[in-house]
Amino acid sequence: MTRPATPSKATKKSCACCIPLLSSPIGRKWIVALTGIALILFVIGHLLGNLSIFAGPDAMNAYAAFLKSTGELLWVVRIVLLTCVALHIWFTITLWRENLAARPQKYAEKNDLGITVYARLMRISGLTVLAFVLYHLAQFTWEAFNPEYKTWVDVQGRYDVYRMVVTAFSCPFVSAFYVLAVGLLGMHLSHGIASLFQTLGLTTEKLRPVFEKGGLIIAWIIFLGFASIPTAVLLHLVKLPSSLPTCPFCQ
Amino acid sequence: MSTMNFHLRLWKQKCASDKGEFIKIHATEIPSECSFLEMLDIVNNRLTREGKEPVSFASDCREGICGTCHMVINGVPQGPGRGAACQVYMRKFENGQPITVEPFRVGAFPIVKDLVVNRSAYDRIIRSGGFISEHTGGAPDASTSLIPKPVADAAMDAAACIGCGACAAACPNSSPMLFVGAKVTHLGLLPQGQAERKSRARNMVRTMQEEGFGNCSNYYACEAVCPANVPASVIAMLNREYIRGEVSEAIGAID
Amino acid sequence: MILDAKIPEGPIEKKWTSFKNNAKLISPANKRKFKVIVVGTGLAGSSASATLAELGYEVETFCFHDSPRRAHSIAAQGGINAAKNYQNDGDSVWRLFYDTIKGGDFRAREANVYRLAEVSGTIIDECVSQGVPFAREYGGELTNRSFGGAQVSRTFYAKGQTGQQLLLGAYSALSAQIRLGRVNMHENSEMLDLVLVDGHAKGIVTRDLITGEITSHAADTVLLCTGGYSNVYYLSTNARGSNVTATWRAYKRGAAFANPCYTQIHPTCIPVAGEYQSKLTLMSESLRNDGRVWVPKAKGDTRLTQDIPEEERDYYLERKYPSYGNLAPRDIASRSAKEVCDEGRGVGPGGLGVYLDFSAAIARLGEKTIRERYGNLFEMYGNITGENAYERPMRIYPAVHYTMGGLWVDYNLMSTIPGLHVLGEANFSDHGANRLGASALMQGLSDGYFVIPNTLGEYLSTQFGKKVSTDMPEFKKTETEVRACVEKLLAVKGNVPVDEFHRQLGLIIWDECGMARSEAGLKKAIADIRALRERFWKEVAIPGTGAELNQSLERAGRVADFLEFGELMCIDALTREESCGGHFRVEHQTPEGEALRHDDKFAEVYAWMFQGQDNDPELLREPLHYEAAHLATRSYK
Repeated sequence: MTRPATPSKATKKSCACCIPLLSSPIGRKWIVALTGIALILFVIGHLLGNLSIFAGPDAMNAYAAFLKSTGELLWVVRIVLLTCVALHIWFTITLWRENLAARPQKYAEKNDLGITVYARLMRISGLTVLAFVLYHLAQFTWEAFNPEYKTWVDVQGRYDVYRMVVTAFSCPFVSAFYVLAVGLLGMHLSHGIASLFQTLGLTTEKLRPVFEKGGLIIAWIIFLGFASIPTAVLLHLVKLPSSLPTCPFCQ
Repeated sequence: MSTMNFHLRLWKQKCASDKGEFIKIHATEIPSECSFLEMLDIVNNRLTREGKEPVSFASDCREGICGTCHMVINGVPQGPGRGAACQVYMRKFENGQPITVEPFRVGAFPIVKDLVVNRSAYDRIIRSGGFISEHTGGAPDASTSLIPKPVADAAMDAAACIGCGACAAACPNSSPMLFVGAKVTHLGLLPQGQAERKSRARNMVRTMQEEGFGNCSNYYACEAVCPANVPASVIAMLNREYIRGEVSEAIGAID
Repeated sequence: MILDAKIPEGPIEKKWTSFKNNAKLISPANKRKFKVIVVGTGLAGSSASATLAELGYEVETFCFHDSPRRAHSIAAQGGINAAKNYQNDGDSVWRLFYDTIKGGDFRAREANVYRLAEVSGTIIDECVSQGVPFAREYGGELTNRSFGGAQVSRTFYAKGQTGQQLLLGAYSALSAQIRLGRVNMHENSEMLDLVLVDGHAKGIVTRDLITGEITSHAADTVLLCTGGYSNVYYLSTNARGSNVTATWRAYKRGAAFANPCYTQIHPTCIPVAGEYQSKLTLMSESLRNDGRVWVPKAKGDTRLTQDIPEEERDYYLERKYPSYGNLAPRDIASRSAKEVCDEGRGVGPGGLGVYLDFSAAIARLGEKTIRERYGNLFEMYGNITGENAYERPMRIYPAVHYTMGGLWVDYNLMSTIPGLHVLGEANFSDHGANRLGASALMQGLSDGYFVIPNTLGEYLSTQFGKKVSTDMPEFKKTETEVRACVEKLLAVKGNVPVDEFHRQLGLIIWDECGMARSEAGLKKAIADIRALRERFWKEVAIPGTGAELNQSLERAGRVADFLEFGELMCIDALTREESCGGHFRVEHQTPEGEALRHDDKFAEVYAWMFQGQDNDPELLREPLHYEAAHLATRSYK
């Protein structure tokens, strides 16, 4: 029998960049964590804006109009967010590829070893959220499914975002997909928030349970916040002025 | 003393390039007080008497401190309960229970034979920075550095690592970050370890990557199986130390 | 042959200093030209490899483990002594020296022991600067405890894992040198023979445990740091792999083996539970600081402990040794346990156990304090026995744990083979007939960090221009012999597993050469060992081949050596007609049953020289002169 070759002292793993920080596992994890923070902040901001729906059509349309009025700034934010999404996903994929390669043979007998379901589902939940975001953008930003949305304006001549949202969520299928997606987003965040503190090296033995609970609470708040909108629409707690028709599909 | 019976599935593999397979053994009349490795000894001695080749597994101190033993028992690296595989006792199992024993499945730990893997990658990680360079005979009196008890205790908790490889074996990504973090934390907390603090984390993480280990996803399976109770906060410390070291080098900062 | 210990002249306090002042030095440029082989990577081997490499020697280090960090030093729990006197309780180099000599029952070499005490402080400095996390006070100072009956607190410790932390310190120093390319490390390599060129140790033959390949390695000198031989008893607290092979094969090449009968039986181990048992687990001796040892007064008392009233309990150590009580030295505590068990008052399965009771300490200090002090030990005990020691007393029994005997070395740590140095537990030098608690770690590191770097020059300075290479016929011949030996084992093709022979050998030695030894018993043991050895070579089963990882083959080689070594051990015990330290001859005891030394005849080292397989070994004697310490009867009453 020959001595098994000493394990790969070989080539460095494929790296996105020649900067050691970005080719190293921890450096890339930091990027994922930092972009994660930006995306979480966006999600929270977006939620707060969306909740203006409960203040009525005027408040929501005014909020939408304010966003539009920021002009180039809005584009800067959009580009930053897009970059964050791209980096978050790209580095996750490169890390994932290395992780797959690091275990060429799986165990015959499985044991979860205390790993939470949220942690296990990070990739699935992340990808589902990504798919949802694309759909969501198509629906409300690009108005790809319902070109007539573009023509809806309120009495002050602003885009009638309120009508668009209520109309869309009046459809139970749209609402159901939305709730499912924000549910997965919540799961993604409950691991992601606690995890980013660990990755950024801010955790101690005492703080970890605090971050884990905190992450779970924030995730629930975000989930309930987002889910409250379609729920309220379906329960007719939020509704259109009676003159306007509802969901075109369900009629 | 009562005896027990078990349905064993033990991994047999001639060498790294061999495919390997489970062999099934019905192990009868095993004393309930014996340890898991003693049960394997009994099985191996019976195989030997029958003229068959026993199943190779590594073990040495058999009290959980040397880190030689390494195996996965029913999906759990180092077996159920705290401690290394040598500290698992048969009374923890049900009579008649099926038990699967397989080697650590980590790409960076190639299989030597049966349940024995080559963990020299861990030695190479230590060699790349897991030490304090000092010259024998040149040390100042031990009482000159004061180390507050909480710091000394935290350093000791990290230093307790036995280098068995269970962290990488448990991690779905085969990441050894608990092992690397333990050494970086142990030396990084002590005043004696400050001089090489930045280069230590940098070099050890680079070696870890070169050896083909995976990356931490904060699953904490490592912490759940660690026989030495090393806390996952050492990974947080490693993350911090590494970035500090890498950034310092990138921008040319001396301090 | 006359044993010359090469002890420097002068008063004991000056010997080491004057030695260093006059020692032969090797210049840095010349150190590079000398190659040193180190076998073993425990405290002695790792520290010697690292330090010699640091000095500039070319070092080649071997261990049979898969990593140098796994050597058995790692399992030492209690602590390491040093005469620092940080506690201001009256400790000094002299006191540590005297305690060690007295603890060893006046059978150790004074000069070596004094040197050990002298360098003890620098070991602590060294380890702290390597990052060994010794226990500290809240203010940050190092803390100490009293250990193994010492009347001062001079023991430094790192939780119950002092050996681990010290070894990892030495391992990290070794790792740093490996990284710099100054040490060439060979893991999974077992030394199977020593190669002599013109009577000098110039190399070794090893077997690669993974591939089975047998190779030779040449050097200018060889350092054996291969530990002790406790596993001759089969059940001991040593790791399964610990063995006598390296020192035994050196013995067969001409190195004298000194005092093999001196073995230490540790009083606080978890009792044997059954025949399947593969090893014994030591519970740190520190437990005796707070635990009280007792057995029932009545024979065969099977009541539960809580049903045995105070007046029906025999706290025999407190009764017999009022001033030391439960902290009586190891040999005394062990033998007392054996006595009460022999009287039929032992507890637990088979009656081989005594109680170590913490109820008084828990009542006095609270369970929390006890948990803080010994939590990990209680947990370990619970895990192994399934019993909760907070609620009921622990059961303990003595087990073999350390061997004071080893290859004979002079003051320079060189054996009777020129060029063969022996360090740590593998040599015989510092502990006499019984080792003081927390002194083993001290000796291993002292030899490796501070002694050998100074003494190696004495030999190497005579070796300029005497290069050897593995192409020499001496190497080829030894290699062939090793191959033949492996093949001989594989050719037996019996059907009895190796463990079976090892277990039987262990029983013989434990019964007849254990805590109490008698002439008749030892003679019987020698006959039994010979018969067992004969059976071994007819019936041992070694499946598989020699060209692969073959654990049966590894074990068979080691057991074959134990089967020869056990006989020498009994011969030594038979020849030493006195009781001292760990060696208790029933024929030689005081009327109270204490060990009776015969200083007039036996204040000497017995070193045995191999005279061929079929001949009796030759006995060489090194008289021990006590110039500083005065011979006294140990009394712990």
